Amino acid sequence: MSFHRRGVLKASLGLAGLGVGGLGAGGLGYGGIPRAMAADMPGPAVPADLVAAAKKEGQINVITLPRDWANWGATMDRFQALYGVKLDDANPDGSSAEELQAIRSLKSQSRAPDVVDVGPSFAAAGTKETLFQPYKVATWNDIPADVKDAGGLWYGDYFGVESFAVNTNVAKTVPQTWADLKKPDYKGMIALNGNPLGAGAAFGAVFAAALANGGSYDDIAPGIEFFGELARLGNLNPAVASPASLIAGQTPVVINWDYLSLGYKKQAEGKAVIEVLVPKEAPPYGNFYCQAISAYAPHPNTAKLWMEYVYSDEGQLAFLGGFAHPIRFNALVAAGKVPEALLKTLPPADAYKDVKFATQEQAAKAQKTLQDMWPRVVKI
Amino acid sequence: MILAWFFIGLFIAVSAAFMLAPTVMLAIQSVVGDDGLTLEFIQSLGDYRYRVAFQNSLVLSVASATVGVIAGGLIAHAVLKPGAPGWLRATVTSFSAVAANFAGVPLAFAFISTLGSLGLLTQLLKGWGLDLYGNGFSLYSISGLTLVYSYFQVPLMVIIVTPAIEALRPAWREAADSLGANGSQYWRMVGLPVLAPSLLSGWILLFGSAFSAYATAYALTSGNIGLVTTEISNVLSGNVMASPQTGAALSVGMIVVMVGVLALSALLARRAARWMPHR
Repeated sequence: MSFHRRGVLKASLGLAGLGVGGLGAGGLGYGGIPRAMAADMPGPAVPADLVAAAKKEGQINVITLPRDWANWGATMDRFQALYGVKLDDANPDGSSAEELQAIRSLKSQSRAPDVVDVGPSFAAAGTKETLFQPYKVATWNDIPADVKDAGGLWYGDYFGVESFAVNTNVAKTVPQTWADLKKPDYKGMIALNGNPLGAGAAFGAVFAAALANGGSYDDIAPGIEFFGELARLGNLNPAVASPASLIAGQTPVVINWDYLSLGYKKQAEGKAVIEVLVPKEAPPYGNFYCQAISAYAPHPNTAKLWMEYVYSDEGQLAFLGGFAHPIRFNALVAAGKVPEALLKTLPPADAYKDVKFATQEQAAKAQKTLQDMWPRVVKI
Repeated sequence: MILAWFFIGLFIAVSAAFMLAPTVMLAIQSVVGDDGLTLEFIQSLGDYRYRVAFQNSLVLSVASATVGVIAGGLIAHAVLKPGAPGWLRATVTSFSAVAANFAGVPLAFAFISTLGSLGLLTQLLKGWGLDLYGNGFSLYSISGLTLVYSYFQVPLMVIIVTPAIEALRPAWREAADSLGANGSQYWRMVGLPVLAPSLLSGWILLFGSAFSAYATAYALTSGNIGLVTTEISNVLSGNVMASPQTGAALSVGMIVVMVGVLALSALLARRAARWMPHR
């Protein structure tokens, strides 16, 4: 069961570099901070003794953080510049499974990972195996309870939700709700990025449709029925949606993670106008990633400082530069800490208010139902 | 002699490493579960979705191989006919060499852009009053997939059958003519019996290439028309669920089908060659 494997998210890193450079056009560097000032801007408030201890250690080993993913490149550069520690990013294109394996196999070595960034199922596995050590960041209370370990062994750092990406050159009226997708205007237009039994975003799309049609995290069946009806109506286009098919207009309505949709929108500039929205009938369906400190971290203080930075306002806002929503997003919006210019590049913030996530058990149960029902119900 | 044995040994070693060993490993993997030996995965092949997948794969492979053999054979015959212009032959041969290798996602995308529900050609024909999709055509169906597969199957057949057609000696035709045979008699009694083994092995090759194809069908239908190959990918490299043993069981099923088809063809080939003098 590797639903949250990093491969899901990176499936379309054709977006390489878009995240970081993406907002530059609007005069913004990462995190909505003007690029020119970023280097000599003061960092976030972090405990001084932690900084001192980290400087003494002088090094941090992170693992599997792609520079062009979720703006990690900017975050890593900024961390090194602020605290003067050397940062090594091992195996940037690896998987969650490989991250845990690195903790196990490198245990006592100085090049062992200090912190990992893994999918929830791997965070749960690592907890069971006692691969992590607890630490609660200063902003701990802002992190929703369903995306953290109560003991502080791991906590979500960023998330995404299912969204509609609409090529408005072809779909003249943008569908606002799941119910809109059934309209005859969208004949042959609606596509997923693969089979829900194989592609994470497509699986999430079915779950999201279930939430909007009387289902729940324990009942994905209404979502399957919904897609069955789209297929009957001829609205479901069974081709696999890709950035190219969206931008060229062959699959003008694609249900996908918001961070991918927003990337495609950026990619399409000058070729097609892509609108990205989060339908509002039901709380959006989301997925998230988790940070955790290794139980065998060779630089434990720097690891804690890293956590403080990543969960600080500045560290969290940086994720938005890579189109990923920081886990403290709702708290930051409520406190008015997200720059207006940055908000404008995203779907309206209130759509994210009630975001919820499936538990491992719920996801497993849904897969079983899907495997059994999908081929019977969704006939193209 | 020693050199010959050296190469035969090399061949056996390579086959063992790249064909026999993986087959054995797949077979073992398909019967070993978390708690020892189990038939659970082999039994799961009887599930509705996998039954449908095997059925779809078989129908698609038989249909596209048959279309390929007939169309490819006729095209090759037409361009190789004594009176056919040389440029035509050169064009068809070089086009075939390119098209036979054009498959996978680019091929699917090409068809989606032209004949998809929002494709250029579809829209153009609609403008002229011919609504393809309104009249029951769909690129995203077994017949649509057969059409797409034909795009590489037909040229592939042209390439593999050309030498066999070239080997038909003009003297045979002349002999048949002088004995009073008409065209259809010549083909029924001389041409096709001579070509039969080549056509049969061509069909097997096309069947195999369609049966094992994956990317084109997935890109076109997202696996909504389940094929054995797309089901294997779902359980093997998908991000939603992983069940390598089911994948192994499906692969073993594919091997069984291929072995069955080969055995059947060997039988047919022997029958087809019965008229030949013992060599």
